[in-house]
Amino acid sequence: MNNLVEIKDLYFSRNGRAIFQGVNIHIPRGKVTAIMGPSGTGKTTLLRLIGAQLRPSQGEILVADENIHSLSRKALYRLRKKMGMLCQTGGLFTHINVFENVAFPLREHTQLTEAMIHSLVLLKLEMVGLRGARDLMPSELSGGMSRRVALARAIALDPELIMYDEPFSGQDPISMAVLVKLIRTINDAMGLTSVIVSHDVTETLSIADYIYVIAGGKIIGQGTPNQIDHEKAQQVRQFLDGLPDGPVPFHYPAEPFASDLLGVRLDA
Amino acid sequence: MLNQVEALGRWGIDSLEQLGRAGVLLGRVVLRVPNLRKGFPLTMQQVYAEGVLSLLIIIVSGLFIGMVVALQGYHTLAKFGAAQQLGPLVALSVTRELGPVVTALLFAGRAGSAITAEIGLMKATEQLSSMEMMAVDPLHRVVSPRLWGGFISMPMLTIVFNVVAIYGAYLIGVKWLGLNSGAFWANMQTSVDFHLDVLNGIIKSIVFGLVVIWISVSQGYEAEPTSAGIAKATTNTVVYSSLAILGLDFVLTAMMIGGW
Repeated sequence: MNNLVEIKDLYFSRNGRAIFQGVNIHIPRGKVTAIMGPSGTGKTTLLRLIGAQLRPSQGEILVADENIHSLSRKALYRLRKKMGMLCQTGGLFTHINVFENVAFPLREHTQLTEAMIHSLVLLKLEMVGLRGARDLMPSELSGGMSRRVALARAIALDPELIMYDEPFSGQDPISMAVLVKLIRTINDAMGLTSVIVSHDVTETLSIADYIYVIAGGKIIGQGTPNQIDHEKAQQVRQFLDGLPDGPVPFHYPAEPFASDLLGVRLDA
Repeated sequence: MLNQVEALGRWGIDSLEQLGRAGVLLGRVVLRVPNLRKGFPLTMQQVYAEGVLSLLIIIVSGLFIGMVVALQGYHTLAKFGAAQQLGPLVALSVTRELGPVVTALLFAGRAGSAITAEIGLMKATEQLSSMEMMAVDPLHRVVSPRLWGGFISMPMLTIVFNVVAIYGAYLIGVKWLGLNSGAFWANMQTSVDFHLDVLNGIIKSIVFGLVVIWISVSQGYEAEPTSAGIAKATTNTVVYSSLAILGLDFVLTAMMIGGW
Protein backbone atom coordinates (compact mmCIF):
# COMPACT_ATOMS: atom_id res chain seq x y z
CA MET A 1 0.00 0.00 0.00
CA ASN A 2 1.19 3.50 -0.77
CA ASN A 3 0.08 5.06 2.50
CA LEU A 4 2.36 4.63 5.49
CA VAL A 5 -0.25 5.94 7.91
CA GLU A 6 -4.02 5.68 7.49
CA ILE A 7 -6.38 7.25 9.96
CA LYS A 8 -9.91 5.95 9.51
CA ASP A 9 -13.00 7.48 11.06
CA LEU A 10 -11.15 8.63 14.16
CA TYR A 11 -13.06 9.72 17.23
CA PHE A 12 -11.32 10.82 20.40
CA SER A 13 -12.53 12.67 23.46
CA ARG A 14 -10.86 13.76 26.66
CA ASN A 15 -12.53 14.82 29.91
CA GLY A 16 -15.90 14.67 28.16
CA ARG A 17 -14.75 17.03 25.40
CA ALA A 18 -14.79 15.70 21.84
CA ILE A 19 -11.41 16.36 20.20
CA PHE A 20 -11.89 14.40 16.95
CA GLN A 21 -15.20 13.48 15.36
CA GLY A 22 -14.76 11.23 12.37
CA VAL A 23 -11.37 12.26 11.01
CA ASN A 24 -9.89 10.49 7.97
CA ILE A 25 -6.29 11.20 7.01
CA HIS A 26 -3.94 9.38 4.61
CA ILE A 27 -0.22 9.93 4.87
CA PRO A 28 1.55 8.71 1.73
CA ARG A 29 5.05 7.25 1.82
CA GLY A 30 7.94 9.54 0.97
CA LYS A 31 5.89 12.73 1.22
CA VAL A 32 5.70 15.62 3.66
CA THR A 33 2.13 15.80 4.97
CA ALA A 34 1.12 18.74 7.12
CA ILE A 35 -1.71 18.90 9.60
CA MET A 36 -2.65 22.45 10.38
CA GLY A 37 -5.20 24.11 12.55
CA PRO A 38 -5.69 26.62 15.33
CA SER A 39 -4.17 26.01 18.78
CA GLY A 40 -6.14 23.58 20.91
CA THR A 41 -7.63 21.61 18.01
CA GLY A 42 -5.78 18.47 19.02
CA LYS A 43 -2.88 18.44 16.57
CA THR A 44 -0.42 17.17 19.16
CA THR A 45 -3.06 14.69 20.35
CA LEU A 46 -3.25 13.36 16.79
CA LEU A 47 0.50 12.65 16.77
CA ARG A 48 0.19 10.91 20.13
CA LEU A 49 -2.64 8.82 18.70
CA ILE A 50 -0.47 7.86 15.70
CA GLY A 51 2.35 6.93 18.11
CA ALA A 52 -0.15 4.94 20.26
CA GLN A 53 0.58 7.02 23.35
CA LEU A 54 -3.18 7.60 23.42
CA ARG A 55 -6.04 5.33 22.38
CA PRO A 56 -8.89 6.49 20.14
CA SER A 57 -12.49 6.17 21.37
CA GLN A 58 -13.50 4.89 17.93
CA GLY A 59 -11.90 4.28 14.56
CA GLU A 60 -8.48 2.91 13.73
CA ILE A 61 -5.00 4.05 12.83
CA LEU A 62 -2.89 1.87 10.56
CA VAL A 63 0.86 2.41 10.59
CA ALA A 64 2.76 0.33 8.03
CA ASP A 65 -0.46 -1.68 7.54
CA GLU A 66 -0.69 -2.58 11.24
CA ASN A 67 -3.45 -1.35 13.52
CA ILE A 68 -1.15 0.29 16.03
CA HIS A 69 -3.65 0.20 18.89
CA SER A 70 -4.21 -3.54 18.70
CA LEU A 71 -0.51 -4.42 18.95
CA SER A 72 1.07 -6.03 21.99
CA ARG A 73 3.52 -3.86 23.92
CA LYS A 74 6.44 -5.72 22.36
CA ALA A 75 5.12 -5.32 18.83
CA LEU A 76 4.30 -1.66 19.49
CA TYR A 77 7.86 -0.96 20.64
CA ARG A 78 9.19 -2.80 17.59
CA LEU A 79 7.06 -0.57 15.37
CA ARG A 80 8.07 2.56 17.25
CA LYS A 81 11.69 1.88 16.30
CA LYS A 82 10.57 2.78 12.78
CA MET A 83 9.08 6.07 13.99
CA GLY A 84 10.77 9.26 15.09
CA MET A 85 9.09 12.11 16.86
CA LEU A 86 10.19 15.64 17.48
CA CYS A 87 8.36 16.98 20.52
CA GLN A 88 7.42 20.63 20.87
CA THR A 89 10.15 21.27 23.42
CA GLY A 90 12.65 18.89 21.84
CA GLY A 91 12.49 16.55 24.83
CA LEU A 92 16.28 16.31 25.11
CA PHE A 93 17.63 14.52 28.18
CA THR A 94 19.01 17.32 30.29
CA HIS A 95 21.54 15.25 32.25
CA ILE A 96 23.57 14.15 29.21
CA ASN A 97 25.31 16.12 26.47
CA VAL A 98 24.35 16.50 22.82
CA PHE A 99 26.46 13.54 21.67
CA GLU A 100 24.97 11.20 24.27
CA ASN A 101 21.45 12.40 23.47
CA VAL A 102 21.86 11.41 19.83
CA ALA A 103 23.63 8.19 20.81
CA PHE A 104 20.82 7.24 23.22
CA PRO A 105 18.56 5.30 20.81
CA LEU A 106 21.60 3.59 19.26
CA ARG A 107 22.85 2.44 22.65
CA GLU A 108 19.39 1.27 23.65
CA HIS A 109 18.48 -0.64 20.52
CA THR A 110 21.70 -1.78 18.87
CA GLN A 111 24.81 -3.72 19.79
CA LEU A 112 27.06 -1.45 17.73
CA THR A 113 30.64 -0.85 18.81
CA GLU A 114 31.58 2.45 20.40
CA ALA A 115 33.51 3.44 17.25
CA MET A 116 30.47 2.79 15.08
CA ILE A 117 28.17 4.74 17.41
CA HIS A 118 30.67 7.59 17.39
CA SER A 119 30.68 7.72 13.58
CA LEU A 120 26.89 7.45 13.28
CA VAL A 121 26.27 10.19 15.85
CA LEU A 122 28.71 12.51 14.09
CA LEU A 123 27.01 11.78 10.76
CA LYS A 124 23.59 12.67 12.15
CA LEU A 125 24.93 15.79 13.87
CA GLU A 126 26.65 16.83 10.64
CA MET A 127 23.30 16.54 8.84
CA VAL A 128 21.75 19.06 11.21
CA GLY A 129 24.88 21.23 11.24
CA LEU A 130 25.71 20.71 14.90
CA ARG A 131 28.75 18.43 14.84
CA GLY A 132 30.67 21.20 16.59
CA ALA A 133 28.13 21.30 19.44
CA ARG A 134 28.49 17.63 20.41
CA ASP A 135 30.00 18.36 23.83
CA LEU A 136 27.46 20.99 24.85
CA MET A 137 24.78 20.27 27.42
CA PRO A 138 21.11 20.82 26.41
CA SER A 139 20.92 23.85 28.74
CA GLU A 140 23.64 25.54 26.66
CA LEU A 141 21.68 25.25 23.40
CA SER A 142 19.32 27.81 21.86
CA GLY A 143 15.73 26.75 21.10
CA GLY A 144 16.51 26.18 17.43
CA MET A 145 19.64 24.16 18.21
CA SER A 146 17.71 22.00 20.68
CA ARG A 147 15.21 21.09 17.99
CA ARG A 148 17.99 20.27 15.55
CA VAL A 149 19.64 17.99 18.11
CA ALA A 150 16.26 16.38 18.77
CA LEU A 151 15.90 15.94 15.02
CA ALA A 152 19.32 14.25 14.82
CA ARG A 153 18.23 11.95 17.66
CA ALA A 154 14.88 11.22 15.99
CA ILE A 155 16.64 10.07 12.80
CA ALA A 156 19.39 8.17 14.62
CA LEU A 157 17.76 4.80 13.94
CA ASP A 158 16.89 5.73 10.33
CA PRO A 159 13.11 5.59 10.87
CA GLU A 160 10.52 5.31 8.11
CA LEU A 161 8.22 7.90 9.62
CA ILE A 162 9.07 11.12 11.39
CA MET A 163 6.55 13.32 13.15
CA TYR A 164 7.21 16.97 13.92
CA ASP A 165 5.15 18.62 16.64
CA GLU A 166 5.10 22.39 16.04
CA PRO A 167 8.69 22.49 14.78
CA PHE A 168 8.62 26.22 13.97
CA SER A 169 6.87 27.69 16.99
CA GLY A 170 8.91 30.21 18.95
CA GLN A 171 11.80 30.20 16.46
CA ASP A 172 13.61 33.22 15.08
CA PRO A 173 13.51 33.66 11.27
CA ILE A 174 16.97 32.11 10.75
CA SER A 175 16.22 29.03 12.89
CA MET A 176 12.89 28.72 11.15
CA ALA A 177 14.52 28.77 7.70
CA VAL A 178 17.11 26.21 8.86
CA LEU A 179 14.38 23.88 10.14
CA VAL A 180 12.30 24.25 6.97
CA LYS A 181 15.34 23.33 4.87
CA LEU A 182 16.29 20.45 7.16
CA ILE A 183 12.83 18.88 7.21
CA ARG A 184 12.62 18.87 3.43
CA THR A 185 16.23 17.77 2.88
CA ILE A 186 16.08 14.97 5.41
CA ASN A 187 12.76 13.76 4.04
CA ASP A 188 14.09 13.57 0.49
CA ALA A 189 17.63 12.40 1.24
CA MET A 190 16.61 9.60 3.59
CA GLY A 191 13.40 8.65 1.78
CA LEU A 192 11.37 9.32 4.92
CA THR A 193 7.70 9.99 5.36
CA SER A 194 7.15 13.17 7.33
CA VAL A 195 4.15 14.46 9.24
CA ILE A 196 4.26 18.07 10.36
CA VAL A 197 1.81 19.46 12.83
CA SER A 198 1.93 23.22 12.79
CA HIS A 199 0.05 26.49 12.77
CA ASP A 200 2.81 28.42 11.02
CA VAL A 201 1.13 28.91 7.67
CA THR A 202 3.93 30.27 5.44
CA GLU A 203 6.58 27.78 6.48
CA THR A 204 4.26 24.80 6.33
CA LEU A 205 2.85 25.71 2.92
CA SER A 206 6.42 26.07 1.63
CA ILE A 207 7.48 22.49 2.38
CA ALA A 208 4.36 20.31 2.57
CA ASP A 209 3.27 18.11 -0.31
CA TYR A 210 -0.25 17.77 1.06
CA ILE A 211 -2.08 19.63 3.80
CA TYR A 212 -5.01 18.85 6.08
CA VAL A 213 -6.63 21.68 8.02
CA ILE A 214 -8.41 20.63 11.20
CA ALA A 215 -10.78 22.67 13.35
CA GLY A 216 -13.56 21.74 15.73
CA GLY A 217 -12.64 18.04 15.60
CA LYS A 218 -13.14 17.77 11.84
CA ILE A 219 -11.17 18.28 8.67
CA ILE A 220 -12.27 21.60 7.23
CA GLY A 221 -9.96 21.61 4.24
CA GLN A 222 -7.35 19.56 2.45
CA GLY A 223 -5.22 19.68 -0.67
CA THR A 224 -1.85 20.64 -2.04
CA PRO A 225 -0.35 23.92 -0.80
CA ASN A 226 -1.63 25.62 -3.96
CA GLN A 227 -5.16 24.27 -3.50
CA ILE A 228 -5.18 25.27 0.16
CA ASP A 229 -3.91 28.74 -0.71
CA HIS A 230 -6.87 29.21 -3.04
CA GLU A 231 -9.42 27.63 -0.70
CA LYS A 232 -12.60 29.68 -0.40
CA ALA A 233 -14.17 28.14 2.72
CA GLN A 234 -14.54 30.86 5.35
CA GLN A 235 -13.13 28.80 8.21
CA VAL A 236 -9.99 27.89 6.26
CA ARG A 237 -9.54 31.48 5.06
CA GLN A 238 -9.80 32.82 8.61
CA PHE A 239 -7.03 30.48 9.71
CA LEU A 240 -4.75 31.07 6.70
CA ASP A 241 -5.19 34.85 6.69
CA GLY A 242 -5.02 35.14 10.46
CA LEU A 243 -8.30 37.04 10.88
CA PRO A 244 -9.16 37.82 14.51
CA ASP A 245 -12.87 37.13 14.12
CA GLY A 246 -14.87 34.82 11.91
CA PRO A 247 -16.22 31.26 12.15
CA VAL A 248 -13.75 30.79 15.02
CA PRO A 249 -15.11 33.54 17.29
CA PHE A 250 -12.95 36.10 19.08
CA HIS A 251 -14.91 35.50 22.28
CA TYR A 252 -14.72 32.29 24.25
CA PRO A 253 -18.31 31.06 24.80
CA ALA A 254 -19.81 32.88 27.80
CA GLU A 255 -22.99 34.19 29.37
CA PRO A 256 -24.34 37.43 27.86
CA PHE A 257 -22.05 40.31 28.90
CA ALA A 258 -24.85 42.31 30.53
CA SER A 259 -25.92 39.45 32.79
CA ASP A 260 -22.30 38.84 33.81
CA LEU A 261 -21.86 42.50 34.72
CA LEU A 262 -25.13 42.66 36.64
CA GLY A 263 -24.41 39.36 38.34
CA VAL A 264 -27.82 37.93 37.40
CA ARG A 265 -28.95 35.53 34.71
CA LEU A 266 -31.26 37.38 32.30
CA ASP A 267 -33.21 34.23 31.53
CA ALA A 268 -33.83 33.53 35.24
CA MET B 1 -24.84 18.23 52.55
CA LEU B 2 -25.23 16.20 49.37
CA ASN B 3 -22.38 18.13 47.82
CA GLN B 4 -20.13 17.22 50.73
CA VAL B 5 -21.04 13.55 50.41
CA GLU B 6 -20.38 13.74 46.69
CA ALA B 7 -17.02 15.42 47.28
CA LEU B 8 -16.10 12.76 49.83
CA GLY B 9 -17.07 10.01 47.41
CA ARG B 10 -15.08 11.63 44.62
CA TRP B 11 -12.06 11.97 46.92
CA GLY B 12 -12.36 8.32 47.87
CA ILE B 13 -12.57 7.16 44.26
CA ASP B 14 -9.67 9.42 43.23
CA SER B 15 -7.53 8.12 46.08
CA LEU B 16 -8.27 4.50 45.21
CA GLU B 17 -7.56 5.18 41.55
CA GLN B 18 -4.24 6.80 42.47
CA LEU B 19 -3.36 3.83 44.68
CA GLY B 20 -4.33 1.45 41.90
CA ARG B 21 -2.14 3.24 39.36
CA ALA B 22 0.77 3.26 41.80
CA GLY B 23 0.22 -0.47 42.36
CA VAL B 24 0.25 -1.20 38.64
CA LEU B 25 3.45 0.85 38.30
CA LEU B 26 5.12 -1.10 41.11
CA GLY B 27 3.94 -4.37 39.65
CA ARG B 28 5.25 -3.54 36.18
CA VAL B 29 8.65 -2.62 37.60
CA VAL B 30 9.00 -5.52 40.02
CA LEU B 31 7.48 -8.31 37.95
CA ARG B 32 9.55 -7.84 34.82
CA VAL B 33 12.59 -9.91 33.92
CA PRO B 34 15.55 -7.64 34.70
CA ASN B 35 18.06 -6.78 31.99
CA LEU B 36 21.24 -6.93 34.04
CA ARG B 37 23.55 -5.62 31.31
CA LYS B 38 21.68 -2.31 31.10
CA GLY B 39 19.93 -2.27 34.44
CA PHE B 40 22.89 -2.88 36.76
CA PRO B 41 24.94 0.24 35.85
CA LEU B 42 21.80 2.41 35.98
CA THR B 43 20.86 1.02 39.39
CA MET B 44 24.39 1.62 40.68
CA GLN B 45 24.18 5.24 39.51
CA GLN B 46 21.02 5.57 41.55
CA VAL B 47 22.60 3.92 44.60
CA TYR B 48 25.19 6.68 44.34
CA ALA B 49 22.61 9.46 43.83
CA GLU B 50 20.17 8.26 46.47
CA GLY B 51 22.49 6.48 48.91
CA VAL B 52 26.01 7.87 48.77
CA LEU B 53 24.87 11.47 48.37
CA SER B 54 22.54 11.07 51.37
CA LEU B 55 25.44 9.91 53.57
CA LEU B 56 26.34 13.35 54.87
CA ILE B 57 22.88 14.16 56.25
CA ILE B 58 22.57 10.62 57.65
CA ILE B 59 25.97 10.73 59.40
CA VAL B 60 25.49 14.21 60.86
CA SER B 61 21.94 13.43 62.02
CA GLY B 62 23.00 10.05 63.43
CA LEU B 63 25.83 11.60 65.37
CA PHE B 64 23.69 14.30 66.93
CA ILE B 65 20.77 11.99 67.70
CA GLY B 66 23.13 9.50 69.38
CA MET B 67 24.69 12.29 71.41
CA VAL B 68 21.32 13.73 72.49
CA VAL B 69 19.90 10.33 73.47
CA ALA B 70 23.07 9.66 75.50
CA LEU B 71 22.87 13.02 77.23
CA GLN B 72 19.18 12.70 78.05
CA GLY B 73 19.49 9.03 78.99
CA TYR B 74 22.49 9.52 81.25
CA HIS B 75 20.79 12.12 83.43
CA THR B 76 17.62 10.05 83.78
CA LEU B 77 19.49 6.78 84.43
CA ALA B 78 21.82 8.48 86.92
CA LYS B 79 18.82 9.33 89.11
CA PHE B 80 18.27 5.59 89.61
CA GLY B 81 21.97 4.79 89.87
CA ALA B 82 21.80 2.96 86.55
CA ALA B 83 24.07 5.16 84.44
CA GLN B 84 26.05 2.07 83.43
CA GLN B 85 22.99 1.00 81.42
CA LEU B 86 23.47 3.89 79.00
CA GLY B 87 24.98 1.60 76.33
CA PRO B 88 21.93 -0.72 76.16
CA LEU B 89 19.53 2.23 76.30
CA VAL B 90 21.13 3.94 73.32
CA ALA B 91 21.73 0.75 71.33
CA LEU B 92 18.17 -0.53 71.76
CA SER B 93 16.57 2.85 70.99
CA VAL B 94 18.70 3.32 67.92
CA THR B 95 18.62 -0.17 66.41
CA ARG B 96 14.93 -0.79 67.08
CA GLU B 97 13.37 2.60 66.41
CA LEU B 98 15.43 5.69 65.82
CA GLY B 99 17.71 4.20 63.18
CA PRO B 100 15.09 2.92 60.74
CA VAL B 101 12.53 5.67 61.38
CA VAL B 102 14.79 8.72 61.33
CA THR B 103 16.80 7.39 58.38
CA ALA B 104 13.60 6.79 56.42
CA LEU B 105 12.27 10.27 57.24
CA LEU B 106 15.56 11.85 56.18
CA PHE B 107 15.68 9.64 53.08
CA ALA B 108 12.16 10.76 52.10
CA GLY B 109 13.13 14.41 52.50
CA ARG B 110 16.52 14.16 50.80
CA ALA B 111 16.24 11.47 48.10
CA GLY B 112 12.48 10.86 47.78
CA SER B 113 11.58 14.47 47.05
CA ALA B 114 14.47 14.73 44.57
CA ILE B 115 13.27 11.63 42.70
CA THR B 116 9.70 12.92 42.50
CA ALA B 117 10.85 16.31 41.22
CA GLU B 118 13.25 14.73 38.72
CA ILE B 119 10.70 12.32 37.23
CA GLY B 120 7.99 15.01 37.27
CA LEU B 121 10.24 17.44 35.42
CA MET B 122 11.22 14.77 32.92
CA LYS B 123 7.52 14.32 32.26
CA ALA B 124 6.84 18.06 32.00
CA THR B 125 9.73 18.57 29.55
CA GLU B 126 8.51 15.67 27.38
CA GLN B 127 11.61 13.57 28.11
CA LEU B 128 9.51 10.57 29.14
CA SER B 129 7.28 10.97 26.11
CA SER B 130 10.32 11.17 23.78
CA MET B 131 11.70 8.06 25.40
CA GLU B 132 8.45 6.19 24.78
CA MET B 133 8.48 7.25 21.15
CA MET B 134 12.06 5.98 20.87
CA ALA B 135 10.69 2.59 21.90
CA VAL B 136 12.34 2.82 25.31
CA ASP B 137 10.00 2.15 28.23
CA PRO B 138 10.48 4.93 30.82
CA LEU B 139 9.36 2.51 33.51
CA HIS B 140 12.38 0.35 32.80
CA ARG B 141 14.85 3.08 31.95
CA VAL B 142 13.91 5.73 34.55
CA VAL B 143 11.61 4.33 37.23
CA SER B 144 13.07 0.86 37.78
CA PRO B 145 16.71 1.90 38.53
CA ARG B 146 15.48 4.58 40.93
CA LEU B 147 13.23 2.11 42.73
CA TRP B 148 15.90 -0.55 43.10
CA GLY B 149 18.54 2.07 43.94
CA GLY B 150 16.44 3.33 46.84
CA PHE B 151 15.55 -0.19 47.93
CA ILE B 152 19.25 -1.11 48.17
CA SER B 153 20.34 2.19 49.73
CA MET B 154 17.89 2.43 52.62
CA PRO B 155 19.05 -0.54 54.75
CA MET B 156 22.68 0.45 54.20
CA LEU B 157 21.99 4.03 55.26
CA THR B 158 20.18 2.69 58.35
CA ILE B 159 23.22 0.59 59.30
CA VAL B 160 25.47 3.66 58.90
CA PHE B 161 23.04 5.72 60.99
CA ASN B 162 22.98 3.09 63.74
CA VAL B 163 26.77 2.84 63.91
CA VAL B 164 27.29 6.60 63.93
CA ALA B 165 24.54 7.20 66.52
CA ILE B 166 26.06 4.60 68.87
CA TYR B 167 29.47 6.17 68.36
CA GLY B 168 27.94 9.58 69.21
CA ALA B 169 26.56 8.10 72.42
CA TYR B 170 29.98 6.63 73.19
CA LEU B 171 31.58 10.05 72.76
CA ILE B 172 29.13 11.63 75.21
CA GLY B 173 28.81 8.78 77.71
CA VAL B 174 32.42 7.62 77.89
CA LYS B 175 34.57 10.48 76.64
CA TRP B 176 32.60 13.36 78.14
CA LEU B 177 30.58 12.05 81.08
CA GLY B 178 33.25 9.58 82.18
CA LEU B 179 31.43 6.23 82.06
CA ASN B 180 33.59 3.13 81.99
CA SER B 181 34.28 2.20 78.40
CA GLY B 182 34.31 -1.57 79.08
CA ALA B 183 30.99 -1.44 80.93
CA PHE B 184 29.45 0.69 78.17
CA TRP B 185 30.26 -1.84 75.45
CA ALA B 186 29.85 -5.01 77.55
CA ASN B 187 26.38 -4.04 78.81
CA MET B 188 25.39 -3.18 75.28
CA GLN B 189 26.63 -6.52 73.99
CA THR B 190 24.69 -8.52 76.60
CA SER B 191 21.46 -6.57 76.14
CA VAL B 192 21.23 -6.31 72.40
CA ASP B 193 20.01 -9.38 70.55
CA PHE B 194 21.11 -9.56 66.93
CA HIS B 195 17.92 -11.10 65.64
CA LEU B 196 15.34 -9.33 67.82
CA ASP B 197 16.87 -5.89 67.79
CA VAL B 198 19.34 -5.39 64.95
CA LEU B 199 17.76 -7.59 62.29
CA ASN B 200 14.22 -6.45 63.05
CA GLY B 201 15.42 -2.85 62.70
CA ILE B 202 16.91 -3.68 59.31
CA ILE B 203 13.66 -5.39 58.25
CA LYS B 204 11.83 -2.19 59.19
CA SER B 205 14.25 -0.15 57.12
CA ILE B 206 13.72 -2.42 54.10
CA VAL B 207 9.94 -1.97 54.36
CA PHE B 208 10.26 1.81 54.86
CA GLY B 209 12.71 2.04 51.97
CA LEU B 210 10.35 0.25 49.62
CA VAL B 211 7.37 2.37 50.67
CA VAL B 212 9.24 5.69 50.45
CA ILE B 213 10.73 4.95 47.07
CA TRP B 214 7.42 3.60 45.75
CA ILE B 215 5.63 6.78 46.83
CA SER B 216 8.42 8.91 45.36
CA VAL B 217 8.48 7.33 41.90
CA SER B 218 4.71 7.01 41.58
CA GLN B 219 4.13 10.62 42.65
CA GLY B 220 6.71 11.76 40.09
CA TYR B 221 5.35 9.54 37.33
CA GLU B 222 1.75 10.58 37.93
CA ALA B 223 2.54 14.26 38.57
CA GLU B 224 0.62 16.84 36.60
CA PRO B 225 3.25 18.20 34.18
CA THR B 226 3.11 21.80 35.39
CA SER B 227 5.19 23.68 37.95
CA ALA B 228 2.30 23.61 40.43
CA GLY B 229 1.74 19.90 39.75
CA ILE B 230 5.38 19.04 40.41
CA ALA B 231 5.42 21.16 43.59
CA LYS B 232 2.31 19.31 44.80
CA ALA B 233 3.76 15.91 43.94
CA THR B 234 7.01 16.70 45.78
CA THR B 235 5.10 17.84 48.87
CA ASN B 236 2.89 14.73 48.68
CA THR B 237 5.99 12.53 48.58
CA VAL B 238 7.32 13.94 51.84
CA VAL B 239 3.92 14.02 53.58
CA TYR B 240 2.72 10.57 52.46
CA SER B 241 6.13 9.01 53.11
CA SER B 242 6.36 10.46 56.62
CA LEU B 243 2.87 9.29 57.51
CA ALA B 244 3.45 5.87 55.99
CA ILE B 245 6.75 5.45 57.87
CA LEU B 246 5.23 6.36 61.23
CA GLY B 247 2.09 4.28 60.67
CA LEU B 248 4.00 1.26 59.42
CA ASP B 249 6.47 1.59 62.28
CA PHE B 250 3.64 1.06 64.72
CA VAL B 251 2.30 -1.93 62.79
CA LEU B 252 5.72 -3.53 62.40
CA THR B 253 6.64 -2.91 66.04
CA ALA B 254 3.37 -4.48 67.18
CA MET B 255 4.04 -7.48 64.96
CA MET B 256 7.64 -7.85 66.09
CA ILE B 257 6.83 -7.54 69.79
CA GLY B 258 4.01 -10.02 69.33
CA GLY B 259 6.53 -12.41 67.75
CA TRP B 260 4.92 -11.98 64.29
